[in-house]
Amino acid sequence: MTKTPTNWTGRDDAMVEDMIRRGATRRQLLKMLMASGVGVAAGGSLLMRAGAAHAETPVSGGHLRAAGWSSSTADTLDPAKASLSTDYVRCCAFYNRLTFLDEAGEVQMELAEKIETDDAKTWNVTLRSGVTFHDGKTLTSDDVLYSLNRHLDPAVGSKVNSIAKQMTEITKVDDLNLRIVLDQANADLPAILALHHFLIIADGTTDFAKANGTGAFICETFEPGVRSVGKKNPDYWKAEGPYLDSFEFIAISDDNARVNALLSGDIQLAAAINPRSVRLVESNNSVKTSVTTSGNYSNLNMRLDIDPGDKAGFVEGMKYLINREAIQKSLFRGLAEVANDQPVSPADRYHNPNLKAREFDPERAKALFDKAGLLGTEIPIVASDAATSSVDMATIVQQAGRDVGMNFKVERVPSDGYWSNYWLKAPVHFGNINPRPTPDILFSLLYASDAPWNESHYKSDKFDAMLSEARGALDEDKRTSIYWEMQEMVANEAGTAIPVYISNVDALSSKVGGLKPNPLGGMMGYAFAEYVWLKD
Amino acid sequence: MLLSYSTSILVLQRLAIALLTLVIVSFAVFFATELLPGDVAQILLGQAATPEAVAGLREAMGLNQPAFLRFLGWLAGLLHGDFGISYVNNMPVADLIGDRLVNSLRLAGVTTLVSVPVSLCLGIGAAMWRGSLFDRIVTVLTISVISVPEFMVATLAVLIFAVWLGWLPALSYGADVSSFSAMLKAYAMPVISLSFVVCAQMIRMTRAAVIDTINTPYVEMALLKGARRSRMVLRHALPNALGPIANAIALSLSYLVGGVIIVETIFNYPGVAKLMVDAVATRDLPLIQSCAMIFCVSYLSLITLADLMAILSNPRLRK
Repeated sequence: MTKTPTNWTGRDDAMVEDMIRRGATRRQLLKMLMASGVGVAAGGSLLMRAGAAHAETPVSGGHLRAAGWSSSTADTLDPAKASLSTDYVRCCAFYNRLTFLDEAGEVQMELAEKIETDDAKTWNVTLRSGVTFHDGKTLTSDDVLYSLNRHLDPAVGSKVNSIAKQMTEITKVDDLNLRIVLDQANADLPAILALHHFLIIADGTTDFAKANGTGAFICETFEPGVRSVGKKNPDYWKAEGPYLDSFEFIAISDDNARVNALLSGDIQLAAAINPRSVRLVESNNSVKTSVTTSGNYSNLNMRLDIDPGDKAGFVEGMKYLINREAIQKSLFRGLAEVANDQPVSPADRYHNPNLKAREFDPERAKALFDKAGLLGTEIPIVASDAATSSVDMATIVQQAGRDVGMNFKVERVPSDGYWSNYWLKAPVHFGNINPRPTPDILFSLLYASDAPWNESHYKSDKFDAMLSEARGALDEDKRTSIYWEMQEMVANEAGTAIPVYISNVDALSSKVGGLKPNPLGGMMGYAFAEYVWLKD
Repeated sequence: MLLSYSTSILVLQRLAIALLTLVIVSFAVFFATELLPGDVAQILLGQAATPEAVAGLREAMGLNQPAFLRFLGWLAGLLHGDFGISYVNNMPVADLIGDRLVNSLRLAGVTTLVSVPVSLCLGIGAAMWRGSLFDRIVTVLTISVISVPEFMVATLAVLIFAVWLGWLPALSYGADVSSFSAMLKAYAMPVISLSFVVCAQMIRMTRAAVIDTINTPYVEMALLKGARRSRMVLRHALPNALGPIANAIALSLSYLVGGVIIVETIFNYPGVAKLMVDAVATRDLPLIQSCAMIFCVSYLSLITLADLMAILSNPRLRK
């Protein structure tokens, strides 16, 4: 089973697994492998390996220890305030959502039995019956009403306040039915409700020292900045799972220490492995990796409303000056996918595959800078560790710039306070965007004229009109074609250069089964606790 | 009586100065925190910090009151032994600190038990046989240990003992500490990493202090009288070197309470150093202040203790 070609990584395993899951035949897979230069003999053994991973049967029992990368006293059990992977993992184990996104990015029902609408504006939510909270209380529409309304209260400090605002009216119909009225038609509501912040808590909850949810695990210990322990919920409402008796989640912020803890067997799952450690991890037979490439990216933002972004040609020149392949191959060691300057990643079902990434073309960039009258000027680029790998990306751009006679000055600023002081403010700076479940959320958050995080201050009436048209369209084909065109507009007109979608690599003990990539992020969209099992 | 009148005055003066230092430090920490960009509401909301959201959260958290007034309120509460409520997660600061302080003190305690006897023996030994092979080996080793950063020592220790040999756990927390051998396992690596750093300094300082006194005429006199080398050092020289040695030990140990962030990070040990870093990152003023006070108190008490030892061991100061 260890017969793999050199340079074969967990990413390739994941790709093969993914193809099998999508129903690819053996012939198709071998053809794909041949095309990428893997011999038939080696290819066959790789397929067996991926096939085995796909066909495993769950086993029950055991205690799993997993480690994320950040945790602090700001850790919370309040889903509205959840802001880090650690919060999402914890909350997903203790609570449920109305809906969730499966590994193919499709919406599945969780606490909701069905969510229906005729006009995408008025929605009827029917809850599952017989679901109970950990304290024995039965789930009713009051709990959902309370959970959703909280996001509108500024005192709660909800992270999704701006998204929740579109729910103008939330009313209880009866114990298991609710009606949600939106300010304008939005066919994506079921996907929006799959965001981690919309986890359902019990009516009237204000104390978040312990979690009282409907989730697969009961909160046993919660120490902010230290650890969370959950034990199996014996009365869990789903027919299948959880498999683990208990799980513990800690954070080890040092990359090497996290890998070492996994290699020594102290933990069974280490999230977000540095690309530099991937080879080390994969050379060890007791450990495997799981690679998720969804819409996480660090992007170069050039504000279109001030100098130098307002000079025609500058933004386009920069997009040609970014050596995407170097960033993908050298900086991320292959653990990234080349992107085409728009935020909808291939993991999203509305991704436009016809839109090709710009080639690295310094000569063309030079001509464009010349046209903008900026050739030879000094332009500062603000980068920070707060935006993943942005300092290295800035250096790559700086070097390419030097070759064509541009003088970029990389200003490296501290992570601390980056988001409030530099992001959205500096003329040329880096940002970092986490995966979102729908193009609508991405576009309304980042590119609409009134978007709160309009990184390049992009304004287009046509774009706004298309956004609102697609939002209300219940016809899939029509939405898809609008979204495809919008992706082209963003790639060509907005001042945001998105070089690559960054892969997240989780490393796990080979005893852990059931972990699948999910478009909402690593560790199975942070919801792994419920789905994984431990072989003995 | 051990403490005469003038010694008591000296001790009381020390304590008064310590208290004053605490107040000055807390003001300094407050002003430094105010200089940091962003406040707790902005930090908590992170990327989602739209102006309305920040204003709403500030209102809800009572942050609209001027920062200085909030600080004075916290100081007044402290006089009653109340550390205040953390802005970030609404838990009493005392609860947040409680367990972690115990953890930090335990780690510091075990490290002290290991490192102080070892460094005293090696330091005094090196001074006693100055210039010998033993002295040279100790010197070379201490110098090289001082020069190696502790994250390197810690990471190497994990690689060797946890990953390759599999003898010890890579993480120190959550390990079973019910039996003595289990505790030994859990603490072995953090204590080794920390001891490396503190021992090296203490050995150097002890050796220097003892050699200083050995060079004085009265010790030479003892030698001329025919005292054995060990008697000359232990009976005649050492009592006079106690003051400087106590100070060196105090300085090294004061580092163990608040300065062990690297070891806490690598072994995932939940102590107060990490708590302080978290507090600063989230601009959680009550927590920052409380941690700063704890570090300051531990530092001051160690230094004061060392001063007292110096006073008591020196008849000229004791009178």
